[in-house]
Amino acid sequence: MSYVLIIVVVIIAFWMIGAYNGLIALRNDTANALKQIDVQLKRRHDLIPNLISAVQGAMDFEKDTLAAVISARNSAMTASAGLDPQHVGAVAKAEAQLTGALGKFMAVVEAYPNLKATTNVGQLQEELTSTENKVSFARQLYNDTATKYNTKQQQFPTNLVAGVANAVPAELWEIEDAAERAVPKVEFRRN
Amino acid sequence: MAENLFEQQASNRRKSWWLVAAFILFFAWLGFGGDYILWEYTRYGPAGQYQHRFPFGGIALSLIAWGLVTYIRRTGSAKVLWSTGARELTEPTSDEERRLVNVVEEMAIASGTTRPRIYLIDDPDPNAFVTGTDASQPHLAVTTGLIAMLDRDELQAVVGHEMGHVKNLDMQLMTLMAGLAGAVALIADGLGRTLRFGRLGGRGGSRDGGKGGNPVLLVLLVLWLISWLLAPLITKLLALGISRKREYLADAMSAQFTRNPLTLAQALDKIEKVGAPTKTIKAGVAHLCIADPLGHRSGAASSFLGGAFATHPPMSMRVARLKAMAFQAQKAGGDLPPQ
Repeated sequence: MSYVLIIVVVIIAFWMIGAYNGLIALRNDTANALKQIDVQLKRRHDLIPNLISAVQGAMDFEKDTLAAVISARNSAMTASAGLDPQHVGAVAKAEAQLTGALGKFMAVVEAYPNLKATTNVGQLQEELTSTENKVSFARQLYNDTATKYNTKQQQFPTNLVAGVANAVPAELWEIEDAAERAVPKVEFRRN
Repeated sequence: MAENLFEQQASNRRKSWWLVAAFILFFAWLGFGGDYILWEYTRYGPAGQYQHRFPFGGIALSLIAWGLVTYIRRTGSAKVLWSTGARELTEPTSDEERRLVNVVEEMAIASGTTRPRIYLIDDPDPNAFVTGTDASQPHLAVTTGLIAMLDRDELQAVVGHEMGHVKNLDMQLMTLMAGLAGAVALIADGLGRTLRFGRLGGRGGSRDGGKGGNPVLLVLLVLWLISWLLAPLITKLLALGISRKREYLADAMSAQFTRNPLTLAQALDKIEKVGAPTKTIKAGVAHLCIADPLGHRSGAASSFLGGAFATHPPMSMRVARLKAMAFQAQKAGGDLPPQ
């Protein structure tokens, strides 16, 4: 009889090790996915000064739009300093504002054909499109990974080891800005 | 999706393992089988004559097979790329190239895989493939025709399809397959030439009479010879068998990454309309490509027999499935469900 007991204990122990390691792997995946967003956000923040200096001369009278982009960038940079899976919301909000401001800004650029014709601006547009896409793909990957992690730690029987593994639900990167939700992608296509 | 992806990954790992095992076992059989036959022939010979006691052939062939697998693992992707004349794109010079690099980086992020090294093939026909024996170092090759013909979103969808192959671990299996099939074809070719010149045939003269009557030995000999002859054909059939179904899954994964099945459908439509064979891509790597490079893209493949010998499912079926996917997503409220 004691053999049966030992076998049962061993099986449970092995299962626990597996479940624990699975949770840790998912937690690291989630952190890594968030890191990916962070990298892309930094790129985006670095790109904006170049973009603005490229168009500044030609857009003197669009000062408000430029100022909105600059202030949105600054607050987004401050917010993204404290990025971790439990505090995603504030950063997401600041970045959504930046996305909105950039969208308006690019719409304005579209209205200046000679500005668009400058190769430098053309290349910056491609860079910006790509960076915006990268941000949204990184967000998509993060949300998918975080959802997997959250589901795993709530599901029975994995939830029994969630406490041991220090598993805390990760916050999803929500798109809070209604305006951004309405405009799925800012298109700057150069034909 | 999640189930599908993990099942596919597990199945690909298993298949890669079996492929290698079968390859080495096959060579071992060729070697040790030959040794056994030779041993049976020489064991009752007169005292002074050579007796085949030690299985040199089997050991040598097994080692060769193992060496080949190692060699292919190490250089398979480089060989595949070399055979298509691809050149690596390190510093983008034109707008098109920069766009390609950006799109690849975007899809690498969306799929959560390593950014592949990018290669260009100078060919006006649109096509793309991914190769590599290690998921952490994929190599993506596209033709210049592809980046000229597709717009940004369509290119993104095609690259997404290729990153689907990377994430599925299709890439390793398919590259391994291409390498092994190439090795077998090469060896069979060389052997055929050797046999024709009668070098092996000449050895029959040393055989002493009387022992040929053993029926088991005879059957073994026939089987052994047939194995040598059939090897290239079997590997070709294997390569066909592993390719088709996974194209649908890679299409679905592309839609998952871009959240838009219709752009891939558009891209496939455009690629199909060209319909010309991709001359720079040889038959050996056909099963790696997004569209059959040999030219029979929809017409031949839609018939029953054409379907059995095509490396890719008919384009019309792929487009139809993508459109159905878009329709389902629309009905469900705009967005595709997460993985």
